[in-house]
Amino acid sequence: MNTRPFWISLVAAVGAAVVMVLPRRRLAALILVIAAASILPFTVKNFFVFQMTLVMVYTVAILGLNILTGFNGQFSLGHSAFYAVGAYTAAVLMEHGGVAYYWTLPVAGIVCFASGFLFGLPALRLEGIYLALATFALATATPQILKSTPLEHWTGGVQGIILNKPDAPFGLPLNPDQWLYFFTLAVALLMFIGAYNLVNSRSGRAMMAIRDNPIAARSMGIPVELYKSLTFGLSALYTGVAGALGALAIQFVAPDSFTFLLSIALFVGLVVGGVGSIAGTFFGGLFILFVPNIAEQVSKGLAGAVFGIILILVIYLMPSGLGGTIRLWLYRLLQGTR
Amino acid sequence: MELFLHQFLAGLATGGIYALMALAIVMIYQAIDSLNFAQGEMAMFSTFIAWQLLQWQLPFWAAFFLTIAIAFVGGFVIERVVFKPLRHAHQLAHIVVFIALFAIINSMAGFLWDFSIKSFPSPFGSHPLFGQRLISAHDAGMIGVTLIILALLYGFFRYTRVGLSMRAAAANPESARLVGVRVGRMVALGWGMAAAIGSVAGMMIAPVVFLEPNMMNSILLYGFAGAVVGGLTSPGGAVIGGFAVGVIENLAGTFVPYVGRELKLSIALVLIVAVLTVKPSGLFGERIVNRV
Repeated sequence: MNTRPFWISLVAAVGAAVVMVLPRRRLAALILVIAAASILPFTVKNFFVFQMTLVMVYTVAILGLNILTGFNGQFSLGHSAFYAVGAYTAAVLMEHGGVAYYWTLPVAGIVCFASGFLFGLPALRLEGIYLALATFALATATPQILKSTPLEHWTGGVQGIILNKPDAPFGLPLNPDQWLYFFTLAVALLMFIGAYNLVNSRSGRAMMAIRDNPIAARSMGIPVELYKSLTFGLSALYTGVAGALGALAIQFVAPDSFTFLLSIALFVGLVVGGVGSIAGTFFGGLFILFVPNIAEQVSKGLAGAVFGIILILVIYLMPSGLGGTIRLWLYRLLQGTR
Repeated sequence: MELFLHQFLAGLATGGIYALMALAIVMIYQAIDSLNFAQGEMAMFSTFIAWQLLQWQLPFWAAFFLTIAIAFVGGFVIERVVFKPLRHAHQLAHIVVFIALFAIINSMAGFLWDFSIKSFPSPFGSHPLFGQRLISAHDAGMIGVTLIILALLYGFFRYTRVGLSMRAAAANPESARLVGVRVGRMVALGWGMAAAIGSVAGMMIAPVVFLEPNMMNSILLYGFAGAVVGGLTSPGGAVIGGFAVGVIENLAGTFVPYVGRELKLSIALVLIVAVLTVKPSGLFGERIVNRV
């Protein structure tokens, strides 16, 4: 197979994502990203198309976490639970309701928004570390809840649910992997544009004001609790939609795919990509899909150690993550040439 | 009634382990205002070390005390190497590093000793204690070991110079430093002791839950629940909370259908969220009021 177009498009995609980190030129960069991402699936093996689909799924999930942590200053170690709720909503709707796959996404989003908002109402009275604790408990308890007998009829218990891969509609000349890739790409782009606009809106500024100084935000008339709960719900919505997309891509949901380790992975992606960097989440997604694979090739069980060591290095060496660091380098570079 | 009493005592036995974990969590919380999410993994790793020592034919109690010493040094070193540079960093940095430690220790244990489930011997045996049917020898042993450790810690923090210095360093670092307490060293000492207490908890619960890299996940969650119920600012409260959580867990497991058996972890979740919502300072903790 001729691999050159693949490398060109991959480099273009990463390059465009790098440029995305810079303000201005965003539209040009966005077009470049879409172009490169559209060429990619025709130049590589199906398995790699599948992997890139998963990268986008994780990117959306990390984006959800980033909205919460990066822009609202709240910690969650429990986003694997919302990912699971999204994935199971999609799977149960398709398996028991015969719902078309594309309708499962909005439903998963709404269900996750509601559950995030409801979990948020009591939990958000808690500050930083306590919220991390409550969400840690949520993540640890989730697989057990999914396996429990009362839910077994719907969730399939330990066995989980197997799904079918959707075919391309309208007779498009795409195989299922490629179709799902484009479907995920479209959803991911929508979610990104939504997040970008949110952060730059009045509500986004209110979220960041709460992050920077809750007391000052309150005294300026921002309803802090409401905003925090809504942000938590929205963050859960993003992660839930990602969960539904992930269920479609992997065609399988089971309780043990949604343990605390998934929360750790999302958290790692958030920190590596850059807390508070929207374009950086893409690097986070790439990182948590490919780095464990490489580490597992060296030795089974090393993935966690690699995750951990890189986390510590990121915190010491580039606290703003890859997204922030690349932005800094590019700024310096551009200033140097001017 | 006999079933109730039996389950109550069994709950006290596992509750003792939760109490130890809760105490370890509270010790680190007092020192750095953050929750050690890697506490369970540290305890698990220590237990693996004990298992390895036993494989090398050491007698149980020699391995037991040697492991405690190794865990102490390990906790001390982790504080000095990883956390000292981050003392004034943002809370997010602390959480990130705890998660990093969690991942590293968990995966190192799997790497060194693989992920298969191992049995861990009990020094007390699993036969019923003195021929009665209420409590097994191991359960009684767990309660005994827990009580001995609690008594030792109580004496240490009340009557020894180092213990008092540690309390001073946690209560008011600045004033403590002015009267000559080496605050940084006290924090590291607290870490070492938390790790040592955790290792005892790990070695005592391992015969019950079996030894594998993920064995402490649920124990840690119950430990957190105990600490939250009792109050994160109160070591004594955390101990009582730990015992209470153990008893609640066991009684619910016996007498509440479905919930108790299959959703045991959700009990901890509900306890944590409920206590944090209704009374964030816990039953025995003190309210912290921040000045603006």
